[in-house]
Amino acid sequence: MQRMNIANKDFQDKVLADEGLTFSEKILSLKRSDEPGKVANANEIMVAKVDLSMAHDGTAPLAIKVLNELGIKNVWDSSKVILHIDHTYPSSSEQIANFHSIMRKFAKAQGCHIQEGNICHQYMIEKFVVPGMLIIGADSHTNTQGCLGAFATGMGSTEIAAIWAGGKIWLKVPESIKVIFNGSLPKGVYAKDLILFTIGKISCEGANYKTIEFTGSVIKEFSIDSRATLCNMTTEAGAKAGIVEMDNVTKEYLMALGREPMLEVHAGKEAIYDKVLEEDVEQMEPYVALPNSVDNVKPVREVEGIPIDQAFLGSCTNARPEDLMIAARMLKGRKVKEGVRLIVTPASKSVYKFALRNEIANILMEAGAFITSPTCGACVGTHCGVLGAGEVCISSSNRNFIGRMGSTESKVYLASPATVIASAIKGKIADPRDYLR
Amino acid sequence: MIGRVWKFSDNIDTDVIIPYKYKARSIDPKELAEHCMEGIDPEFSKKVKKGDFIVAGRNFGCGSSREQAPVAIKACGISAVIAESFARIFYRNAINIGLPAIVCKGISKETNEGDLIELDLKEGTVKNLSNGKVIKINKQPDFLERMLEVGGLIEYYKKFGKFPWE
Ligand code: SF4
Repeated sequence: MQRMNIANKDFQDKVLADEGLTFSEKILSLKRSDEPGKVANANEIMVAKVDLSMAHDGTAPLAIKVLNELGIKNVWDSSKVILHIDHTYPSSSEQIANFHSIMRKFAKAQGCHIQEGNICHQYMIEKFVVPGMLIIGADSHTNTQGCLGAFATGMGSTEIAAIWAGGKIWLKVPESIKVIFNGSLPKGVYAKDLILFTIGKISCEGANYKTIEFTGSVIKEFSIDSRATLCNMTTEAGAKAGIVEMDNVTKEYLMALGREPMLEVHAGKEAIYDKVLEEDVEQMEPYVALPNSVDNVKPVREVEGIPIDQAFLGSCTNARPEDLMIAARMLKGRKVKEGVRLIVTPASKSVYKFALRNEIANILMEAGAFITSPTCGACVGTHCGVLGAGEVCISSSNRNFIGRMGSTESKVYLASPATVIASAIKGKIADPRDYLR
Repeated sequence: MIGRVWKFSDNIDTDVIIPYKYKARSIDPKELAEHCMEGIDPEFSKKVKKGDFIVAGRNFGCGSSREQAPVAIKACGISAVIAESFARIFYRNAINIGLPAIVCKGISKETNEGDLIELDLKEGTVKNLSNGKVIKINKQPDFLERMLEVGGLIEYYKKFGKFPWE
């Protein structure tokens, strides 16, 4: 079990019970090290003790280099440093293989945990994250890990090296946006659609420097898989963190994995929000983000019929058990359109095994999908599905910037797994509601 | 600091600044510099001269946490990025590696590509020498300014034996 930094008991009780504080203010107050015992209010700059830190093969080599330059021999706490070889795994070139070797040597020398072949955020959720933690990762989508009621955010390699040196980092306490989803989800509408809709509304900078807290009756029903999708995409609105508070769904998820819930943090009822968005999901439909911006969001109905070359079901956004189950349900007895590649990249080995155990992998293969080993691969345009000039891809990932998945002349449409699969079957962007039984 | 302006629009993302395929292969600033801004202007690294500025709109550096983005910009000779606003990780990364990231409301309206501008961090102003306009910049927290003065986080630690927040 991971150890966590916890403040003095009286202060902790006081903070947790304070109805005037947001989730972020509470958790950061408890982690505060510059003035322990002082509440951290929004916009204040403070120093916090970090519970877990991570880096991957795109960011760790630089962090290791910086640590060496600083002349620091040992990380502050090897149990709190997690390394992931996931972005280009297995390596696709000699240079990358060399970076991987550097990471393996470092992990061995430091005695810290290293894993290969699972997308970092999914692995963190499966193995390490517990509610109440402060997690800093050298990856912008570290926000994903907020799905378990932790405060998780991304930074760059140099700051990760600084954290490895001393276990602390400065933070500006973010203001918060509350997004409430109520109602019952219509057929064919998923977490991905809700977050695309929200980003379409607030824009790709609409949550810059802020925390987005998700709540409402829809969230209560959401699995951890769906919650992870929501928190993952908060990064695309510029958010510092995305949070779903711990509840029974969280507890059950953790217990099934042999972990115990730790620090239960709830936003105060009178907390002050920068913005509150209340959405009735019954009005929602499947959405797509058009190239080259995640906030260029339209209902699928309006863009149906655009021919595609590749459909990608993968990434830390949407490649979990729930997503593969949707895919299998839709593809059973159907075929991927000739001339279209459907690439499926499970987010982790455990997701892959789930697909094998449950006949999902078989159904996908029979339908004509190509299943890769878990990696970031196609999502970030390194291998396993890089796009050529003029190619069009519909993807369950989170970014459609110019050149993100390959050629600067390729185009990426972002959508839910169901929309990705419907489009793979049709060979054109298609509405999943036509294929759901 | 006086230099020429290279102008960019809103929401310039890190995949445009330095595509992952180069970032995955190298952490060498010189190699990264060759591909700086390639997604939007493949000739950029050849055209830029030491001391030039990038002037951009809102949300500069959105996207990934790759520190290679500000590293590439700095290594190709840019002395500061001045923008209406920055994405949070880019902002931190830039200052950590000693590339001034300056928030300056109104800068995009008041400058054109090729203008000569003067950035005065002490005065807290940007002066457009091509049209005489002076614009105030947003003040940064003191510890970040101290870090920038010595050239970034590593330099700060080397000089003082501790981090700026300690
Ligand atoms: S899957 Fe894509 S978005 Fe997720 S961590 Fe990997 S590269 Fe980043």
